[in-house]
Amino acid sequence: MSATDNSHGAEPTRRDFIHILALATTAVGAAGAVVPLVQQMNPDASVLALSTKEVDLSSLEVGQAIKVMWQGKPVFIRRRTAEEIETSEDTPLSDLKDPIARNDNIAANADAEDKNRVINPQYIVVVGVCTHLGCVPLGTSPGEVRGDYGGWFCPCHGSHYDNSGRIRKGPAPQNLEVPKYVFVTDSSIRVG
Amino acid sequence: MSHQSTYKPGSAIERWLDRRLPIIRFSADFMEFPTPKNLNYWWTFGAILAVCLVIQIITGVVLAMHYTPEKNLAFDSVEHIMRDVNYGWLMRYVHANGASMFFLAVYIHMFRGLYYGSYKEPREMVWILGVVIFLLMMATAFMGYVLPWGQMSFWGATVITNFFTAFPIVGEPIKTLLLGGPSVDNATLNRFFSLHYLLPFAIFGVVAIHIWAFHTSGNNNPTGVEVKDVKKDTLPFHPYYTVKDGFAIAVFMLLLAAFVFFNPNGLGHPDNYKPADPLVTPPHIVPEWYFLPFYAILRAITFNIGPITSKLGGVIAMFSSIMVLFVLPWLDTSKVRSMRYRPVAQLWFVLFVIACVWLGYLGGQPAEGVFVIQAQIATAYYFAFFLIILPLLGVFEKAKPLPKSIADSVLKHDKPTATPIAQAAE
Repeated sequence: MSATDNSHGAEPTRRDFIHILALATTAVGAAGAVVPLVQQMNPDASVLALSTKEVDLSSLEVGQAIKVMWQGKPVFIRRRTAEEIETSEDTPLSDLKDPIARNDNIAANADAEDKNRVINPQYIVVVGVCTHLGCVPLGTSPGEVRGDYGGWFCPCHGSHYDNSGRIRKGPAPQNLEVPKYVFVTDSSIRVG
Repeated sequence: MSHQSTYKPGSAIERWLDRRLPIIRFSADFMEFPTPKNLNYWWTFGAILAVCLVIQIITGVVLAMHYTPEKNLAFDSVEHIMRDVNYGWLMRYVHANGASMFFLAVYIHMFRGLYYGSYKEPREMVWILGVVIFLLMMATAFMGYVLPWGQMSFWGATVITNFFTAFPIVGEPIKTLLLGGPSVDNATLNRFFSLHYLLPFAIFGVVAIHIWAFHTSGNNNPTGVEVKDVKKDTLPFHPYYTVKDGFAIAVFMLLLAAFVFFNPNGLGHPDNYKPADPLVTPPHIVPEWYFLPFYAILRAITFNIGPITSKLGGVIAMFSSIMVLFVLPWLDTSKVRSMRYRPVAQLWFVLFVIACVWLGYLGGQPAEGVFVIQAQIATAYYFAFFLIILPLLGVFEKAKPLPKSIADSVLKHDKPTATPIAQAAE
């Protein structure tokens, strides 16, 4: 490019200035064009519109669990037995692989005690996506393997979760995520 | 092209065209290209790969005429191709098994380059472009496998895009950007279809400059000795190598045909004949066979290294296993190209091939117990071969004497005795 042309002195000429200006404008314009081209790949409005889901829990018996779809991902809801609640509450933090609550309803650095994983201790609500590589753990439907800690078990690479959805054994790095949700009534929740 | 053009336009029309668009000259020079006269059958895999690419593009374009990239229709449209479309079963089976044959051929092609030092000066660009093609092939194959929208398609896509979440901070947004939502869904299927159609043409382009690059440096050959006298050392590409390549292509196509007609689903996974279900993960997710060695490397890292979690470590190891190929030309310090004259390197090379095949086996096994340790050993060897063994061998190994020229090696039959691979091929 003639901006580096040495036929004149060190001082850039007016023509050099025009060249630099033209190139710089083109570069900014090209960069601007990239924004929509990349952004179009992010979740569109119709995907974002499906971001909440109401679930009626009145038919859920003690000890039973269900799987619902939220944002294309399964959400596990288990109504825990008194014994299951007790075991989860009595688990010392030192036994946990991931000591962070991973609960979107509370502070990000809260510890993973059972009380920080639930709103009503009777119901544990977690996103049913293994934090390792995204498989759906077993243990929600009757008869499925629930792993060494009686919660969920991911068959893909052998991660065991307890009744609070906390990782106890296996390659998964984090506890199952607790999605943002509220109790709309005593027996129904809105996820998202 | 590096050689002198020998094309003489014969007719008035050819002379007219030659001054305006020398396309006949280009083709004629391409066919006349002086090629070392000692190339063995391992050198036919380049032509085999070109044929594989053309087969994939032709069958793929045809399949796209009948396929529907929509999550509720995709699986059924593939079954429609299999049952209703005239010869649809043939097109799909050729496309699916053709992908496997493509990878088989590319792996042989890469091992050949590795053994005969085809990546060394002045062919570094040929090798690097080859690795780029390999990466593009992997991306294309991965996205193609998602399109039938079966259980393995869906969960393979889920697991692979989750690799990115291993990276802190940027990981999650990258994954969302790739998927177009919080999970694999219709948006994902649509964009994968678009890119699966696009990338083969990108591969086609890179293949063209890959060929341009070795037409500039000239072909390597089994002795690794450069062409010294074009008259004595080389033969024109046509008819000598068109015929040899043609024969090899025919034999290779027999293998493809054997799969297509006698065991079309032998390399696939039965779970992919179940429609995708986002709520149920198949008990054992495995990628296609050609990704298994890399999958084994991913899962071999089961321990944290300082701040790097095992998950991130696995992803880094897997990406590094391919990235290391880019710098191979500078890692191998030996001045001798062909391992035919490198008796020690040969042994390490054989071990390397065994390690790769073994990793492939381990990738298909559950990641537990003895399999994990074996995968860790094989992974360690994989990296040691490139990062320790090849750099050191160049310093310590004493190579056998090289033939004076290609013509010399052919005429005197002075083949060394310790290269069973090269001999079997000739």
